[in-house]
Amino acid sequence: MNGAVFLAVYLRDLRLAWRRRTEALLPVAFFLVAASLFPLGVGPDPQVLKLIAPGVVWVCALLAAMLSMPPLYAADHADGSLEQLLLARDAGLAVAAAKAAGHWTISGAPLVVGAPLLGLLLGLPSEELPVLFVSLLLGTPILSLLGGVGAALTLGLRSAGMLIVLIVLPLAIPALIFGAGAAAAVDAGQSASPHLSLLGALLIACLLGAPPATAAALRIAVE
Amino acid sequence: MHAVNSPAVTSAARPRLTWFTFASPANFYRLAGVLGPVCGLAAAAFALAGLWVGFFVAPTDAVQGEVYRIIFIHVPAAWLSMVLYVAMAFWAAIGWFLNARMAFIFARAIAPTGALFTVLALWTGSLWGRPTWGTWWVWDARLTSELILLFLYLGYMALVAAIDDTRRADKAGALLAIVGVVNVPVIYFSVVWWNTLHQGSSLTMGAKQHMASTMLIAMLLLTLACWAYAFAVVFVRARAIVLEREGDTAWARALVANSNQG
Repeated sequence: MNGAVFLAVYLRDLRLAWRRRTEALLPVAFFLVAASLFPLGVGPDPQVLKLIAPGVVWVCALLAAMLSMPPLYAADHADGSLEQLLLARDAGLAVAAAKAAGHWTISGAPLVVGAPLLGLLLGLPSEELPVLFVSLLLGTPILSLLGGVGAALTLGLRSAGMLIVLIVLPLAIPALIFGAGAAAAVDAGQSASPHLSLLGALLIACLLGAPPATAAALRIAVE
Repeated sequence: MHAVNSPAVTSAARPRLTWFTFASPANFYRLAGVLGPVCGLAAAAFALAGLWVGFFVAPTDAVQGEVYRIIFIHVPAAWLSMVLYVAMAFWAAIGWFLNARMAFIFARAIAPTGALFTVLALWTGSLWGRPTWGTWWVWDARLTSELILLFLYLGYMALVAAIDDTRRADKAGALLAIVGVVNVPVIYFSVVWWNTLHQGSSLTMGAKQHMASTMLIAMLLLTLACWAYAFAVVFVRARAIVLEREGDTAWARALVANSNQG
Protein backbone atom coordinates (compact mmCIF):
# COMPACT_ATOMS: atom_id res chain seq x y z
CA MET A 1 0.00 0.00 0.00
CA ASN A 2 1.20 3.47 -0.84
CA GLY A 3 1.55 5.21 2.55
CA ALA A 4 2.05 8.70 1.16
CA VAL A 5 -1.17 8.49 -0.85
CA PHE A 6 -3.03 7.16 2.17
CA LEU A 7 -1.92 10.04 4.38
CA ALA A 8 -2.52 12.67 1.71
CA VAL A 9 -6.04 11.49 0.91
CA TYR A 10 -6.93 11.02 4.56
CA LEU A 11 -5.75 14.50 5.61
CA ARG A 12 -7.38 16.04 2.56
CA ASP A 13 -10.74 14.46 3.44
CA LEU A 14 -10.45 15.74 7.01
CA ARG A 15 -9.62 19.23 5.78
CA LEU A 16 -12.56 19.20 3.36
CA ALA A 17 -14.88 18.04 6.11
CA TRP A 18 -13.59 20.77 8.41
CA ARG A 19 -14.42 23.39 5.80
CA ARG A 20 -17.98 22.06 5.51
CA ARG A 21 -18.63 21.44 9.17
CA THR A 22 -22.43 21.44 8.99
CA GLU A 23 -22.40 18.78 6.30
CA ALA A 24 -20.03 16.62 8.33
CA LEU A 25 -22.35 16.78 11.33
CA LEU A 26 -25.42 15.62 9.40
CA PRO A 27 -24.93 11.88 10.05
CA VAL A 28 -24.71 12.33 13.81
CA ALA A 29 -27.74 14.66 13.71
CA PHE A 30 -29.64 11.99 11.77
CA PHE A 31 -28.50 9.40 14.31
CA LEU A 32 -29.84 11.41 17.26
CA VAL A 33 -33.13 12.35 15.57
CA ALA A 34 -33.83 8.86 14.24
CA ALA A 35 -33.13 7.20 17.60
CA SER A 36 -35.30 9.67 19.49
CA LEU A 37 -38.22 8.83 17.20
CA PHE A 38 -38.41 5.35 18.73
CA PRO A 39 -39.75 6.40 22.15
CA LEU A 40 -42.37 8.43 20.30
CA GLY A 41 -43.23 5.44 18.15
CA VAL A 42 -43.30 2.59 20.66
CA GLY A 43 -44.33 4.59 23.72
CA PRO A 44 -42.39 5.89 26.73
CA ASP A 45 -42.53 2.66 28.81
CA PRO A 46 -39.03 2.50 30.40
CA GLN A 47 -39.02 -1.32 30.46
CA VAL A 48 -39.63 -1.56 26.71
CA LEU A 49 -37.18 1.21 25.90
CA LYS A 50 -34.45 -0.36 28.02
CA LEU A 51 -34.99 -3.64 26.20
CA ILE A 52 -34.78 -2.22 22.68
CA ALA A 53 -32.20 0.49 23.36
CA PRO A 54 -29.03 -1.35 22.14
CA GLY A 55 -30.80 -2.50 18.98
CA VAL A 56 -32.22 0.95 18.28
CA VAL A 57 -28.86 2.64 18.76
CA TRP A 58 -27.16 0.10 16.53
CA VAL A 59 -29.74 0.18 13.74
CA CYS A 60 -29.69 3.98 13.72
CA ALA A 61 -25.89 3.99 13.61
CA LEU A 62 -26.04 1.53 10.71
CA LEU A 63 -28.50 3.70 8.78
CA ALA A 64 -26.58 6.90 9.56
CA ALA A 65 -23.39 5.30 8.25
CA MET A 66 -25.09 4.08 5.06
CA LEU A 67 -26.83 7.39 4.35
CA SER A 68 -23.54 9.26 4.65
CA MET A 69 -21.86 6.93 2.14
CA PRO A 70 -22.95 8.22 -1.32
CA PRO A 71 -20.88 11.46 -1.24
CA LEU A 72 -17.74 9.55 -0.21
CA TYR A 73 -16.36 9.22 -3.74
CA ALA A 74 -18.98 11.17 -5.68
CA ALA A 75 -17.35 14.62 -5.69
CA ASP A 76 -13.90 13.25 -6.54
CA HIS A 77 -15.44 11.13 -9.29
CA ALA A 78 -17.40 14.05 -10.74
CA ASP A 79 -14.45 16.44 -11.02
CA GLY A 80 -12.04 13.78 -12.25
CA SER A 81 -9.66 13.89 -9.29
CA LEU A 82 -10.42 10.26 -8.42
CA GLU A 83 -8.98 9.13 -11.75
CA GLN A 84 -5.88 11.22 -11.12
CA LEU A 85 -5.53 9.77 -7.64
CA LEU A 86 -5.74 6.21 -8.96
CA LEU A 87 -2.89 6.87 -11.40
CA ALA A 88 -0.27 6.75 -8.65
CA ARG A 89 1.49 3.44 -8.03
CA ASP A 90 -0.53 1.00 -5.83
CA ALA A 91 -2.90 3.88 -5.14
CA GLY A 92 -6.22 2.00 -5.32
CA LEU A 93 -5.75 0.26 -1.98
CA ALA A 94 -4.43 3.42 -0.32
CA VAL A 95 -7.31 5.55 -1.61
CA ALA A 96 -9.88 2.96 -0.51
CA ALA A 97 -8.35 2.63 2.96
CA ALA A 98 -7.90 6.38 3.38
CA LYS A 99 -11.48 7.12 2.33
CA ALA A 100 -12.85 4.53 4.76
CA ALA A 101 -10.63 5.86 7.54
CA GLY A 102 -11.71 9.41 6.74
CA HIS A 103 -15.36 8.43 6.73
CA TRP A 104 -14.99 6.78 10.11
CA THR A 105 -13.16 9.77 11.63
CA ILE A 106 -15.76 12.22 10.32
CA SER A 107 -19.03 10.28 10.59
CA GLY A 108 -18.29 7.14 12.61
CA ALA A 109 -16.44 8.55 15.63
CA PRO A 110 -19.19 11.12 16.46
CA LEU A 111 -21.71 8.26 16.48
CA VAL A 112 -19.55 6.35 18.96
CA VAL A 113 -19.31 9.42 21.19
CA GLY A 114 -23.02 10.16 20.92
CA ALA A 115 -24.17 6.60 21.55
CA PRO A 116 -23.85 6.58 25.39
CA LEU A 117 -25.88 9.79 25.48
CA LEU A 118 -28.61 8.13 23.44
CA GLY A 119 -28.37 5.09 25.69
CA LEU A 120 -29.11 7.32 28.68
CA LEU A 121 -32.05 8.90 26.85
CA LEU A 122 -33.48 5.44 26.23
CA GLY A 123 -32.95 4.45 29.86
CA LEU A 124 -30.10 2.01 29.37
CA PRO A 125 -28.56 1.03 32.76
CA SER A 126 -25.15 2.57 33.35
CA GLU A 127 -23.31 -0.77 33.34
CA GLU A 128 -24.40 -1.36 29.73
CA LEU A 129 -23.23 2.03 28.46
CA PRO A 130 -19.51 1.18 28.28
CA VAL A 131 -20.35 -2.06 26.44
CA LEU A 132 -22.47 -0.15 23.94
CA PHE A 133 -19.62 2.33 23.52
CA VAL A 134 -17.02 -0.38 22.90
CA SER A 135 -19.29 -2.33 20.56
CA LEU A 136 -19.82 0.78 18.44
CA LEU A 137 -16.12 1.61 18.62
CA LEU A 138 -15.38 -1.81 17.08
CA GLY A 139 -18.47 -1.84 14.86
CA THR A 140 -18.56 1.56 13.16
CA PRO A 141 -15.22 1.01 11.34
CA ILE A 142 -16.78 -2.18 9.91
CA LEU A 143 -19.66 -0.09 8.61
CA SER A 144 -17.30 2.47 7.06
CA LEU A 145 -15.27 -0.28 5.39
CA LEU A 146 -18.28 -2.20 4.02
CA GLY A 147 -19.99 1.03 3.03
CA GLY A 148 -16.89 1.98 1.06
CA VAL A 149 -17.35 -1.14 -1.10
CA GLY A 150 -20.98 -0.16 -1.73
CA ALA A 151 -20.09 3.46 -2.48
CA ALA A 152 -17.41 2.41 -4.96
CA LEU A 153 -19.70 -0.12 -6.68
CA THR A 154 -22.50 2.41 -7.12
CA LEU A 155 -20.24 5.31 -8.08
CA GLY A 156 -21.97 7.71 -10.47
CA LEU A 157 -25.29 5.86 -10.57
CA ARG A 158 -28.59 7.70 -10.35
CA SER A 159 -30.01 5.73 -7.44
CA ALA A 160 -26.70 5.27 -5.61
CA GLY A 161 -28.12 6.08 -2.17
CA MET A 162 -30.78 3.38 -2.08
CA LEU A 163 -28.52 0.87 -3.83
CA ILE A 164 -25.80 1.25 -1.20
CA VAL A 165 -28.34 0.53 1.52
CA LEU A 166 -29.67 -2.53 -0.32
CA ILE A 167 -26.21 -3.88 -1.10
CA VAL A 168 -24.44 -3.24 2.19
CA LEU A 169 -27.13 -3.87 4.81
CA PRO A 170 -27.21 -7.68 4.31
CA LEU A 171 -23.43 -7.75 4.61
CA ALA A 172 -23.55 -5.66 7.80
CA ILE A 173 -26.00 -7.98 9.56
CA PRO A 174 -23.32 -9.95 11.48
CA ALA A 175 -21.92 -6.69 12.88
CA LEU A 176 -25.43 -5.67 13.94
CA ILE A 177 -26.11 -9.01 15.64
CA PHE A 178 -22.88 -9.05 17.64
CA GLY A 179 -22.89 -5.31 18.33
CA ALA A 180 -26.42 -5.10 19.65
CA GLY A 181 -26.02 -8.55 21.22
CA ALA A 182 -23.10 -7.38 23.38
CA ALA A 183 -25.24 -4.94 25.38
CA ALA A 184 -28.15 -7.39 25.45
CA ALA A 185 -25.83 -10.06 26.90
CA VAL A 186 -24.90 -7.74 29.78
CA ASP A 187 -28.60 -7.13 30.33
CA ALA A 188 -29.12 -10.90 30.56
CA GLY A 189 -26.33 -11.16 33.16
CA GLN A 190 -23.74 -12.67 30.81
CA SER A 191 -20.34 -11.48 29.73
CA ALA A 192 -20.16 -9.28 26.65
CA SER A 193 -16.67 -10.43 25.73
CA PRO A 194 -17.65 -13.22 23.26
CA HIS A 195 -19.72 -10.73 21.26
CA LEU A 196 -16.98 -8.12 21.39
CA SER A 197 -14.34 -10.67 20.38
CA LEU A 198 -16.40 -11.73 17.37
CA LEU A 199 -16.95 -8.08 16.49
CA GLY A 200 -13.19 -7.57 16.68
CA ALA A 201 -12.67 -10.59 14.42
CA LEU A 202 -15.15 -9.13 11.93
CA LEU A 203 -13.29 -5.83 12.05
CA ILE A 204 -9.99 -7.53 11.25
CA ALA A 205 -11.59 -9.48 8.39
CA CYS A 206 -13.10 -6.27 6.99
CA LEU A 207 -9.81 -4.40 7.38
CA LEU A 208 -8.14 -7.08 5.27
CA GLY A 209 -10.94 -7.71 2.79
CA ALA A 210 -12.82 -4.49 2.20
CA PRO A 211 -10.06 -2.15 0.90
CA PRO A 212 -9.02 -4.53 -1.93
CA ALA A 213 -12.67 -5.01 -2.90
CA THR A 214 -13.21 -1.25 -2.82
CA ALA A 215 -10.09 -0.68 -4.91
CA ALA A 216 -11.31 -3.22 -7.47
CA ALA A 217 -14.72 -1.55 -7.58
CA LEU A 218 -13.10 1.87 -8.07
CA ARG A 219 -11.07 0.55 -10.99
CA ILE A 220 -14.26 -0.78 -12.58
CA ALA A 221 -16.00 2.54 -12.07
CA VAL A 222 -13.31 4.74 -13.64
CA GLU A 223 -12.14 2.34 -16.33
CA MET B 1 -13.66 -35.07 -32.72
CA HIS B 2 -14.84 -34.80 -36.30
CA ALA B 3 -18.45 -33.98 -36.87
CA VAL B 4 -20.24 -35.48 -39.83
CA ASN B 5 -21.05 -32.79 -42.35
CA SER B 6 -24.78 -33.11 -42.49
CA PRO B 7 -26.80 -31.05 -44.97
CA ALA B 8 -28.51 -29.28 -42.04
CA VAL B 9 -25.25 -27.54 -41.15
CA THR B 10 -24.94 -25.16 -44.05
CA SER B 11 -23.02 -22.25 -42.53
CA ALA B 12 -19.52 -22.54 -41.03
CA ALA B 13 -18.17 -26.04 -40.45
CA ARG B 14 -18.69 -27.37 -36.94
CA PRO B 15 -15.92 -26.25 -34.58
CA ARG B 16 -13.80 -28.83 -32.80
CA LEU B 17 -15.08 -29.53 -29.32
CA THR B 18 -12.78 -28.10 -26.62
CA TRP B 19 -13.23 -26.64 -23.15
CA PHE B 20 -13.83 -23.26 -24.69
CA THR B 21 -16.09 -24.24 -27.59
CA PHE B 22 -19.20 -23.00 -25.84
CA ALA B 23 -17.52 -19.92 -24.43
CA SER B 24 -18.26 -18.49 -27.85
CA PRO B 25 -21.70 -16.84 -27.75
CA ALA B 26 -22.62 -18.17 -31.20
CA ASN B 27 -21.86 -21.78 -30.26
CA PHE B 28 -23.54 -21.41 -26.91
CA TYR B 29 -26.61 -19.96 -28.54
CA ARG B 30 -27.00 -23.07 -30.72
CA LEU B 31 -26.31 -25.46 -27.82
CA ALA B 32 -28.74 -23.71 -25.48
CA GLY B 33 -31.37 -23.72 -28.18
CA VAL B 34 -31.28 -27.53 -27.99
CA LEU B 35 -30.67 -27.98 -24.26
CA GLY B 36 -33.28 -25.44 -23.13
CA PRO B 37 -36.33 -27.32 -24.44
CA VAL B 38 -34.81 -30.69 -23.43
CA CYS B 39 -34.38 -29.48 -19.85
CA GLY B 40 -37.85 -27.97 -19.92
CA LEU B 41 -39.39 -31.28 -20.97
CA ALA B 42 -37.36 -33.12 -18.35
CA ALA B 43 -38.56 -30.63 -15.72
CA ALA B 44 -42.19 -31.20 -16.70
CA ALA B 45 -41.78 -34.99 -16.67
CA PHE B 46 -40.01 -35.06 -13.30
CA ALA B 47 -42.51 -32.61 -11.83
CA LEU B 48 -45.50 -34.68 -12.94
CA ALA B 49 -43.96 -37.89 -11.64
CA GLY B 50 -42.89 -36.25 -8.39
CA LEU B 51 -46.28 -34.65 -7.78
CA TRP B 52 -48.03 -37.93 -8.49
CA VAL B 53 -45.84 -39.83 -6.04
CA GLY B 54 -46.07 -36.97 -3.56
CA PHE B 55 -49.84 -36.65 -3.59
CA PHE B 56 -51.09 -40.16 -4.31
CA VAL B 57 -48.40 -42.64 -3.27
CA ALA B 58 -46.60 -41.13 -0.28
CA PRO B 59 -48.40 -41.89 3.00
CA THR B 60 -49.76 -39.27 5.36
CA ASP B 61 -47.27 -38.24 8.02
CA ALA B 62 -48.03 -39.67 11.46
CA VAL B 63 -47.27 -36.44 13.30
CA GLN B 64 -47.88 -33.59 10.88
CA GLY B 65 -50.75 -34.98 8.79
CA GLU B 66 -51.20 -33.88 5.18
CA VAL B 67 -49.44 -30.55 5.70
CA TYR B 68 -46.02 -32.17 5.53
CA ARG B 69 -46.45 -32.60 1.75
CA ILE B 70 -45.26 -29.01 1.34
CA ILE B 71 -41.72 -30.25 1.93
CA PHE B 72 -41.80 -31.88 -1.51
CA ILE B 73 -41.46 -28.41 -3.00
CA HIS B 74 -40.05 -26.58 0.01
CA VAL B 75 -36.87 -28.62 0.39
CA PRO B 76 -35.89 -28.59 -3.32
CA ALA B 77 -36.57 -24.86 -3.49
CA ALA B 78 -34.41 -24.21 -0.43
CA TRP B 79 -31.59 -26.36 -1.84
CA LEU B 80 -31.70 -24.64 -5.19
CA SER B 81 -31.83 -21.18 -3.67
CA MET B 82 -28.48 -21.84 -2.01
CA VAL B 83 -26.87 -23.85 -4.80
CA LEU B 84 -27.81 -21.22 -7.38
CA TYR B 85 -26.22 -18.45 -5.32
CA VAL B 86 -22.97 -20.42 -5.22
CA ALA B 87 -23.30 -21.14 -8.96
CA MET B 88 -23.85 -17.45 -9.63
CA ALA B 89 -20.79 -16.50 -7.60
CA PHE B 90 -18.81 -19.27 -9.34
CA TRP B 91 -19.58 -17.90 -12.80
CA ALA B 92 -19.00 -14.37 -11.56
CA ALA B 93 -15.55 -15.43 -10.34
CA ILE B 94 -14.79 -17.21 -13.64
CA GLY B 95 -15.85 -14.08 -15.49
CA TRP B 96 -13.79 -11.88 -13.20
CA PHE B 97 -10.57 -13.86 -13.46
CA LEU B 98 -10.76 -15.15 -17.05
CA ASN B 99 -12.67 -12.18 -18.44
CA ALA B 100 -15.09 -14.58 -20.14
CA ARG B 101 -18.19 -12.97 -21.62
CA MET B 102 -20.40 -16.04 -21.31
CA ALA B 103 -19.55 -16.45 -17.61
CA PHE B 104 -20.93 -12.99 -16.82
CA ILE B 105 -24.03 -13.80 -18.83
CA PHE B 106 -24.54 -17.01 -16.83
CA ALA B 107 -24.20 -15.12 -13.55
CA ARG B 108 -26.84 -12.64 -14.65
CA ALA B 109 -29.11 -15.36 -16.02
CA ILE B 110 -28.96 -17.38 -12.79
CA ALA B 111 -29.84 -14.52 -10.41
CA PRO B 112 -33.60 -14.18 -11.08
CA THR B 113 -34.11 -17.96 -10.87
CA GLY B 114 -32.19 -18.10 -7.60
CA ALA B 115 -34.28 -15.27 -6.21
CA LEU B 116 -37.45 -17.06 -7.36
CA PHE B 117 -36.48 -20.25 -5.53
CA THR B 118 -35.61 -18.23 -2.43
CA VAL B 119 -39.06 -16.63 -2.45
CA LEU B 120 -40.60 -20.05 -3.06
CA ALA B 121 -38.70 -21.57 -0.13
CA LEU B 122 -39.77 -18.72 2.17
CA TRP B 123 -43.34 -18.78 0.94
CA THR B 124 -43.86 -22.53 1.22
CA GLY B 125 -42.06 -22.53 4.57
CA SER B 126 -44.48 -19.88 5.77
CA LEU B 127 -47.48 -21.86 4.51
CA TRP B 128 -46.14 -24.91 6.34
CA GLY B 129 -45.31 -22.95 9.50
CA ARG B 130 -48.81 -21.58 9.95
CA PRO B 131 -50.54 -24.91 10.71
CA THR B 132 -47.47 -26.58 12.22
CA TRP B 133 -45.89 -23.90 14.39
CA GLY B 134 -49.00 -21.72 14.57
CA THR B 135 -47.25 -18.73 13.04
CA TRP B 136 -46.44 -17.46 9.55
CA TRP B 137 -42.99 -16.35 10.46
CA VAL B 138 -40.41 -16.77 13.20
CA TRP B 139 -37.02 -15.12 13.37
CA ASP B 140 -35.18 -18.39 13.57
CA ALA B 141 -31.75 -18.93 12.10
CA ARG B 142 -32.67 -20.71 8.88
CA LEU B 143 -35.59 -18.48 7.98
CA THR B 144 -33.57 -15.38 8.68
CA SER B 145 -30.56 -16.50 6.68
CA GLU B 146 -32.83 -17.46 3.79
CA LEU B 147 -34.35 -13.98 3.94
CA ILE B 148 -30.88 -12.42 3.92
CA LEU B 149 -30.04 -14.62 0.92
CA LEU B 150 -33.03 -13.06 -0.84
CA PHE B 151 -31.67 -9.60 0.00
CA LEU B 152 -28.29 -10.58 -1.47
CA TYR B 153 -29.99 -11.70 -4.69
CA LEU B 154 -32.02 -8.48 -4.81
CA GLY B 155 -28.91 -6.38 -4.21
CA TYR B 156 -27.09 -8.12 -7.05
CA MET B 157 -30.00 -7.74 -9.47
CA ALA B 158 -30.61 -4.11 -8.50
CA LEU B 159 -26.93 -3.21 -8.93
CA VAL B 160 -26.64 -4.93 -12.30
CA ALA B 161 -29.86 -3.33 -13.52
CA ALA B 162 -28.82 0.15 -12.36
CA ILE B 163 -25.59 0.26 -14.41
CA ASP B 164 -26.16 1.06 -18.08
CA ASP B 165 -22.71 0.11 -19.32
CA THR B 166 -22.78 -3.67 -19.84
CA ARG B 167 -19.13 -4.26 -19.09
CA ARG B 168 -19.17 -2.25 -15.89
CA ALA B 169 -22.45 -3.86 -14.81
CA ASP B 170 -20.96 -7.33 -15.35
CA LYS B 171 -17.81 -6.61 -13.39
CA ALA B 172 -19.49 -4.70 -10.56
CA GLY B 173 -22.11 -7.45 -10.23
CA ALA B 174 -19.38 -10.09 -10.23
CA LEU B 175 -17.50 -8.31 -7.46
CA LEU B 176 -20.67 -8.03 -5.39
CA ALA B 177 -21.52 -11.72 -5.93
CA ILE B 178 -18.02 -12.74 -4.83
CA VAL B 179 -18.11 -10.48 -1.76
CA GLY B 180 -21.57 -11.87 -0.98
CA VAL B 181 -20.55 -15.51 -1.20
CA VAL B 182 -17.60 -14.89 1.10
CA ASN B 183 -20.02 -13.36 3.58
CA VAL B 184 -22.64 -16.11 3.40
CA PRO B 185 -20.98 -18.40 6.01
CA VAL B 186 -20.34 -15.43 8.31
CA ILE B 187 -23.96 -14.33 8.04
CA TYR B 188 -25.20 -17.87 8.53
CA PHE B 189 -23.16 -18.52 11.68
CA SER B 190 -23.99 -15.14 13.16
CA VAL B 191 -27.67 -15.78 12.61
CA VAL B 192 -27.41 -19.26 14.18
CA TRP B 193 -26.71 -17.53 17.49
CA TRP B 194 -30.39 -17.27 18.05
CA ASN B 195 -32.19 -20.28 19.40
CA THR B 196 -33.65 -22.18 16.54
CA LEU B 197 -37.18 -23.42 16.09
CA HIS B 198 -36.68 -24.96 12.67
CA GLN B 199 -36.72 -28.72 12.59
CA GLY B 200 -33.40 -30.39 11.85
CA SER B 201 -32.46 -31.34 8.31
CA SER B 202 -34.90 -33.83 6.82
CA LEU B 203 -32.11 -35.46 4.90
CA THR B 204 -28.56 -35.88 6.08
CA MET B 205 -25.85 -37.61 4.15
CA GLY B 206 -24.80 -40.86 5.82
CA ALA B 207 -27.26 -40.57 8.69
CA LYS B 208 -29.83 -43.26 9.27
CA GLN B 209 -32.80 -42.64 7.04
CA HIS B 210 -35.99 -41.83 8.92
CA MET B 211 -38.26 -40.82 6.06
CA ALA B 212 -40.58 -43.24 4.28
CA SER B 213 -38.93 -44.21 1.00
CA THR B 214 -41.89 -43.00 -1.10
CA MET B 215 -41.63 -39.58 0.54
CA LEU B 216 -37.94 -39.56 -0.29
CA ILE B 217 -38.62 -40.55 -3.90
CA ALA B 218 -41.17 -37.75 -4.31
CA MET B 219 -38.75 -35.23 -2.89
CA LEU B 220 -35.89 -36.40 -5.08
CA LEU B 221 -38.08 -36.38 -8.19
CA LEU B 222 -39.15 -32.81 -7.48
CA THR B 223 -35.55 -31.87 -6.75
CA LEU B 224 -34.63 -33.16 -10.21
CA ALA B 225 -37.58 -31.21 -11.62
CA CYS B 226 -36.35 -28.02 -9.97
CA TRP B 227 -32.83 -28.58 -11.25
CA ALA B 228 -34.07 -29.20 -14.78
CA TYR B 229 -36.33 -26.16 -14.57
CA ALA B 230 -33.43 -24.01 -13.37
CA PHE B 231 -31.24 -25.21 -16.23
CA ALA B 232 -34.01 -24.66 -18.77
CA VAL B 233 -34.80 -21.07 -17.76
CA VAL B 234 -31.14 -20.17 -17.32
CA PHE B 235 -30.47 -21.42 -20.86
CA VAL B 236 -33.42 -19.48 -22.25
CA ARG B 237 -32.49 -16.31 -20.35
CA ALA B 238 -28.81 -16.61 -21.29
CA ARG B 239 -29.83 -17.04 -24.93
CA ALA B 240 -31.88 -13.86 -24.75
CA ILE B 241 -28.99 -11.95 -23.17
CA VAL B 242 -26.58 -13.29 -25.81
CA LEU B 243 -28.85 -12.14 -28.60
CA GLU B 244 -29.29 -8.75 -26.96
CA ARG B 245 -25.55 -8.20 -26.62
CA GLU B 246 -24.41 -9.75 -29.89
CA GLY B 247 -27.16 -8.09 -31.91
CA ASP B 248 -24.71 -6.34 -34.24
CA THR B 249 -22.51 -9.37 -35.04
CA ALA B 250 -22.69 -11.18 -38.36
CA TRP B 251 -24.02 -14.49 -36.99
CA ALA B 252 -26.80 -12.79 -35.02
CA ARG B 253 -27.84 -10.74 -38.05
CA ALA B 254 -27.86 -13.86 -40.20
CA LEU B 255 -29.97 -15.61 -37.59
CA VAL B 256 -32.52 -12.81 -37.51
CA ALA B 257 -32.59 -12.62 -41.31
CA ASN B 258 -33.18 -16.39 -41.54
CA SER B 259 -35.96 -16.35 -38.98
CA ASN B 260 -37.64 -13.45 -40.81
CA GLN B 261 -37.60 -15.39 -44.08
CA GLY B 262 -38.85 -18.62 -42.53
